Amino acid sequence: MGKTIAEKIIAEHCGKDVKPGDIVVAKVDVSMVQDGTGPLSVQELQKMDMESVVNPERTILFLDHASPSPRKELSNAHIILRKFAEKTGAYLSEIGEGVCHQRLVETFVNPGEIVVGADSHTCTAGALGAFATGMGSTDVALAFALGKVWLRVPPTFKFIINGEPKKGVYSKDIILYIIGMIGADGATYKAMEFTGDTVSNCSMESRFVFSNMSVEAGAKAGLIPTDDVTKAYLESRGRGDKYREIHADDDANYEKVFNIDASKIEPLVSLPHKVDNTKPISEAKGIKINQVYIGTCTNGRLEDLSVAASILKGKKRHPRVRLIVVPASREVYLNALKEGFIETFVEAGANVLAPGCGPCVGVHEGALGDGEVVLSTQNRNFKGRMGNPEGFIYLSSPATAAYSAIRGEISDPREVLT
Amino acid sequence: MILKGKVWKFGDDISTDHIAPGRLFHLRTNLPELAKHVLEDADPDFAKKVKPGDIIAGGKNFGLGSSREHAPRIIKISGVTCILAKSFARIFYRNAINVGLPVLEVDTVRIDEGDELEINLNTGKIKNLTKNEELTASQIPPFMLKIIEDGGIEEHIKKYGDFQL
Repeated sequence: MGKTIAEKIIAEHCGKDVKPGDIVVAKVDVSMVQDGTGPLSVQELQKMDMESVVNPERTILFLDHASPSPRKELSNAHIILRKFAEKTGAYLSEIGEGVCHQRLVETFVNPGEIVVGADSHTCTAGALGAFATGMGSTDVALAFALGKVWLRVPPTFKFIINGEPKKGVYSKDIILYIIGMIGADGATYKAMEFTGDTVSNCSMESRFVFSNMSVEAGAKAGLIPTDDVTKAYLESRGRGDKYREIHADDDANYEKVFNIDASKIEPLVSLPHKVDNTKPISEAKGIKINQVYIGTCTNGRLEDLSVAASILKGKKRHPRVRLIVVPASREVYLNALKEGFIETFVEAGANVLAPGCGPCVGVHEGALGDGEVVLSTQNRNFKGRMGNPEGFIYLSSPATAAYSAIRGEISDPREVLT
Repeated sequence: MILKGKVWKFGDDISTDHIAPGRLFHLRTNLPELAKHVLEDADPDFAKKVKPGDIIAGGKNFGLGSSREHAPRIIKISGVTCILAKSFARIFYRNAINVGLPVLEVDTVRIDEGDELEINLNTGKIKNLTKNEELTASQIPPFMLKIIEDGGIEEHIKKYGDFQL
């Protein structure tokens, strides 16, 4: 019997053949925490008298959720992580370096590896053909100290996506379509594999969006086979030697297979308060908005900022709309500066903030007021997500978000895209 | 392991933002204080009403969203001894097991707020003492039950020095 990507990678890391449902102990290649989850990991290791890491260069602590810190409690949480880095040699990614998931793919993760992170969107790195999954603080703390985790081998759902997306349709719209179709728990405990011409034709940056949002369908991992695009990405990052072919066997056993025609998908929007509450833009058009947020581990990369800048060039934000732009990493920020995108955003009336999670997690930098509406390029629109349970969060692609910021209401980007 | 307690009922899709919202991010290093806000965005008075030994019954996809382990931890600190739900989000389920908070998958439609339940974790049998009915939950896999019985993954590691599958 052939194997899925998840089965192959897990088997390699536990030294034996595996099948879905097996519980195994697997070796971990990269492990990470962020400033919201990491302090608890450190405290747990201290309680267990295990305050050490087995693989310091690949144990990473990210200060990204409260970056820079808005209050003393969080500054003190940052101190816990800085001290732990000093003591153990773990790598510290300081405030402003960027969102953990973007930094991981830029610098740390390679095909075929197992990555565990105390952050649900750790699945982002699955686009590089790595088995990357989110866990809690204690699980990751143990991965720091022991270099391994316990895992239940997931069954896999395969998504074969073919067809050329229409103008104004991006990987964000396609993944929102999939989540709308299978539901926010449609892939719970499963691995998702994304294949087909549409995926192969996507840039690496677009592929990260599929993997990033897999967890919004409940999945444990969102995996994409590696190819020339993966190879070129790794080469551009100085890790060409780490390239490996990672793909499922032709006779792999999938729990379900979905065929999706991307050419039939329209720009989509997720309505409050669930990601799977997706509607075609035609049904959300005209909803008045108070804030637009372009950024995050989902859509804060150079390609996203490029699309947004092309729409905002020479235009102004609607007077009612606060426009917030947060590049996903320092490198994305620098490249956006060189390309002139940042100037375009500032001229359009945007607040460009330090690389990090920004307002997405409701910690700072754009919490909503009562009854206010935001259109965001982030991955999640749960009640209270952006700092206020009385706020309303809509999700879209960067193109839809940028055009809506000009119009002051949710608007169809196809009206301006050429 | 037998648990007995009174039910607090919640609906579908209770997210980790309902349980431990992002606006209280700064309280994550102070769990007893964060626990005073447990499930605040689903029921603002829950933290005041809940008593040690109580049980939560949710709908489908309980605990969806973030990886924050603080969510099951503050539910445990609040005194809740077990969560029943039609289904759980994956990371929440794992975290609950790791912190030693039993989570059982069962159709909760026949369970109402205030019902007295008696739960056998080993067999998955749930007696509804109020309604005089019996339900059967999906069994917790043996390794996960062992973690719960050890008192959480931390105690498990202290006891064995490694994962004992």
